[in-house]
Amino acid sequence: MSEPLFSKKNLKLITDPLNNSNPITVQVLGICSALAVTAQLKPAVVMSISVMVVLAAANVIISLLRNTIPNRIRIIVQLVVIAALVILVDQVLKAYVYDVSKQLSVFVGLIITNCILMGRLEAFALGNRPWQSFLDGIGNGAGYAAILIIVGFFRELLGSGTIFGLRIIPESFYITNGGFYANNGMMILPPMALITVGVIIWVQRSRNRKLIEN
Amino acid sequence: MKFIKNFFEKTEPLVQKGGKYHWLQSVHDGFFTFLYTPKSTSKTGTHIHDYIDLKRTMSIVVIALLPAVLMGMYNTGFQHFKAIGELASTGFFEIFLFGLIKVLPIIIVSYVVGLGIEFVFAQLRGHEIQEGFLVSGMLIPLVMPIETPLWMIAVATAFAVVFGKEVFGGTGMNIWNPALVARAFLFFAYPAQMSGIKVWVSLSNADKVVDGFTGATPMADAAAGNITYKAADAFFGLIPGSIGETSTLAILIGAVFLIVTGIGNWKIMVSTIAGGAVMGLILNAFAGSAGLSPESAVYFGIPFWHHLILGGFMFGAIFMTTDPVSAAQTDTGKWIYGFLIGFVAILIRVINPAYPEGMMLSILLMNTFAPLIDHYVVKSHIKRRLKRVIVKEQTA
Repeated sequence: MSEPLFSKKNLKLITDPLNNSNPITVQVLGICSALAVTAQLKPAVVMSISVMVVLAAANVIISLLRNTIPNRIRIIVQLVVIAALVILVDQVLKAYVYDVSKQLSVFVGLIITNCILMGRLEAFALGNRPWQSFLDGIGNGAGYAAILIIVGFFRELLGSGTIFGLRIIPESFYITNGGFYANNGMMILPPMALITVGVIIWVQRSRNRKLIEN
Repeated sequence: MKFIKNFFEKTEPLVQKGGKYHWLQSVHDGFFTFLYTPKSTSKTGTHIHDYIDLKRTMSIVVIALLPAVLMGMYNTGFQHFKAIGELASTGFFEIFLFGLIKVLPIIIVSYVVGLGIEFVFAQLRGHEIQEGFLVSGMLIPLVMPIETPLWMIAVATAFAVVFGKEVFGGTGMNIWNPALVARAFLFFAYPAQMSGIKVWVSLSNADKVVDGFTGATPMADAAAGNITYKAADAFFGLIPGSIGETSTLAILIGAVFLIVTGIGNWKIMVSTIAGGAVMGLILNAFAGSAGLSPESAVYFGIPFWHHLILGGFMFGAIFMTTDPVSAAQTDTGKWIYGFLIGFVAILIRVINPAYPEGMMLSILLMNTFAPLIDHYVVKSHIKRRLKRVIVKEQTA
């Protein structure tokens, strides 16, 4: 290996998914979980970390095995690897952050079917060395996390008036306490999450015009 | 009036490209063409311009809305003084003035926020200001409960203009009626301020109300099995409800105006009302069936034409369904589109306890399906014509 560990090309594996090839806003993968777990910030962060860990680890494992996996059964091998990792993550969550694990419910298990994972394994890990695959996994996980955290931030702030469960909008502002303000109940509902993701895509494309398809 | 024109002509160089106030160009242009006939003519070929452009069309709809607006203002005051028990001792103008003071801020907020966003988008995208909001800005206040806080109106208007219209490309490109997007947004975002018994009658901090006052709309009462309205009151608009929706009479005056001027499509209006009436009759037929709760049996059994004068049905049928952008475009499609709106609206209203009024959801639903209806109408039309061609070929 003559290439340094953090060469320009390798670093691009991490920075690209944050913007130009973001898994959610550009490739439009993993939307389902992005809508489902972002009503509050805490589950969104936990979900992001879980996906990042599973993706990086699965990428490394598949990359190590890439020359021994027969082409015809590669999908099932990928699924077994992802499923094993997801079960591990699920157990860790249940042991250490039980309440969040309860909130995330099936969505941790559904990481198995998250398109981002299959996409990265198929498109990257099967054809690249472990270190690059690891960076790619971290990068795409971070790209996913960035969108989840932005969406979760606005949904929790406008929908519940809190951030990480801490009250940001004072209680005295609320109509029930004699104020004028009310939480936007629609922010809690999935349709508003979709619109929020849409706004992020809008902002991103108006700043980065080469992403606009015709 | 000459000085206004002079002002616009004098300021024109300032807002041209390179001028001092070039960022105000679309605003300048918008106001000028609103007040005067535009000077511009086509540069190529022969074009015949009808004098009735989009701005004039929209102005006519606003005029058609005026009876409903005035009646809404009067009813706001009427409900207020009725609730505090001073109706007999209050004069007509005092009642109207109370309503005017209550309703006017809502209309102003709706127009300022909506037109402000339109101006910004027009300038950013470098096109003329689109006039579609002239009507939406009047429709939005009319479908709101009187006690909606002004900032909620502002938020809902902004949401409707940006996500109901501008993201699709502006006036003429929207899938849904923007005014109903605003109402649906408030309905789902702030349910406590959009339904229930505290929002329909303005009490204005009055500390006493008459005995037996509940503040519920007749429809909420009917859903609970109590008939509390008189049909005549519902027809003239002296019942609690959203600002502009209560008076069927005022809405029908607007409808006549729209049909005579050829702006509103009578096919959609008639088919919507027919759809509602048919569903009302179907419900009547089931009113006596076993298994209905006593409350439902009452609601199922009210005369079918009561559904047409209650709630927002007539307002939706005249002003919302006929929106030329979001409605079906083909003639056959218009009949189907209107009929299904009326049919589904009454179905939601009576059967689903979570939604006391079905008109908004029903119109939004059929807005979504309008292109599909058109698609199949056109397809069947082509099929029929094609058959004729083939038959001719065989005989020839």
